[in-house]
Amino acid sequence: MLDAILSGLGLVATLDLRLWEIVGLSLAVSLSAVALATLLGLPLGAAIAVGRFPGRQAVIVVLNALMGLPPVVVGLFVYLLLSRAGPLGELGLLFTPQAMVIAQTVLVLPIIAALARQSVEDAWREYEEQLRSLGVEGVRGAFTVLWDIRFSLLTAVLAGLGRASAEVGAVMIVGGNIDGVTRVMTTTIALETSKGDLPLALGLGMVLIAIVLALNTAAHLVKDAAQRRFG
Amino acid sequence: MSAILPLRLEEVSFAAGGRAIIERVSLVLEAGPSSIILGANGAGKSVLMRLMHGLLAPTAGRVAWSGEGARRRQAMVFQRPVMLRRSAIANVTYALEVAGVPAAERERLATDALSEVGLRNVARRPARVLSGGEQQRLALARAWALHPEVLFLDEPTASLDPGATREIETIIKAFDAAGTKIVMSTHSLGQARRLGDEVIFLHQGRVAERAPIDRFFPQPASPEAVAFVKGELPWA
Repeated sequence: MLDAILSGLGLVATLDLRLWEIVGLSLAVSLSAVALATLLGLPLGAAIAVGRFPGRQAVIVVLNALMGLPPVVVGLFVYLLLSRAGPLGELGLLFTPQAMVIAQTVLVLPIIAALARQSVEDAWREYEEQLRSLGVEGVRGAFTVLWDIRFSLLTAVLAGLGRASAEVGAVMIVGGNIDGVTRVMTTTIALETSKGDLPLALGLGMVLIAIVLALNTAAHLVKDAAQRRFG
Repeated sequence: MSAILPLRLEEVSFAAGGRAIIERVSLVLEAGPSSIILGANGAGKSVLMRLMHGLLAPTAGRVAWSGEGARRRQAMVFQRPVMLRRSAIANVTYALEVAGVPAAERERLATDALSEVGLRNVARRPARVLSGGEQQRLALARAWALHPEVLFLDEPTASLDPGATREIETIIKAFDAAGTKIVMSTHSLGQARRLGDEVIFLHQGRVAERAPIDRFFPQPASPEAVAFVKGELPWA
């Protein structure tokens, strides 16, 4: 066990090329997915928070429930869409990094949208009268609030990033864990563990945790600074 | 540009959760005299002003402005100002942008408004780190920049110290002098005397009395107003 940890650290320290390719692809896929999900999820969440339409409560319940989507189910769903016989089969995206980005976007979008919906709704309660008094309505109101609480929304984005970087099921199914093409940290850890190559699995595990920790620290510092700056 | 005043309230009622808050209020507010809305807690002062300003829709009756575009030609200052997380001046230019003022003029109008309330030196500071009194003055600057024909104020000094209160009152007088109709609720009888020309006295959602300031305080006509002015408990 100790040996495995030490060789894992060794792999990390010697910048093993194979390992860093995997880390790079992981980051590229998860960050792209989170960027897309943020772009779509924040306006969606704000629209639900500020809008008044029939069935709104049901939409909120469904959105909150979708936060718990099992990654393998999302993977299966995207697999069916992208498979040769599926509706988007002609794009030939299955078993590519793009397919993994799509799957993780689907997985993360409800998390970011649902958390943003809650934050915007809380803020809207404070802002609504003042904004309506100024003549601000609808879309403009939603974007004004989104921009005003942008630093709090970092938490929603981070929750999405945590989910994306930690999941195995979706990327495994739509990516196929092909060496050098779609192999990412989590799928490698799963594979190497089952093969018995614990050092690589552990090394990747440590890198994964370090990256998540670093991103969260950075976000926390940004949020903290913004709080002091803007009140 | 035709005037939006007088404002007519015709048999306006408002109920929430099965409870009547405003009951069949009919009023005409003319340009000119500053109107002070007085009444005990829960008399319906805030709700009445929100009905006038259009933030609430009456459950019965009608609120009718005289001219076109009334929405844009009135402003409201709340008890607790809500500032956006941006600089003081950006809060003012935001309001001007929403009001459709061309970008080239916003900065100048906002600077003028900040000077008017004595906040020019903190224009670039984040609005939310200003003191309570400064934030309320900023709310007044935001209204000033819009040159409203009517300004509603909902207990604007209720959470401020005497110094800040004096500053706010000076600015309200400046609005009045500039020709803006003042409609204000307050708990302070002294403030009502200093700023008002007439009193609209609410009791349990109805207008119990409406009178000029210099008549209301020495000789209130309704028993509820008599009790209120004497400081007696209105429900006792």
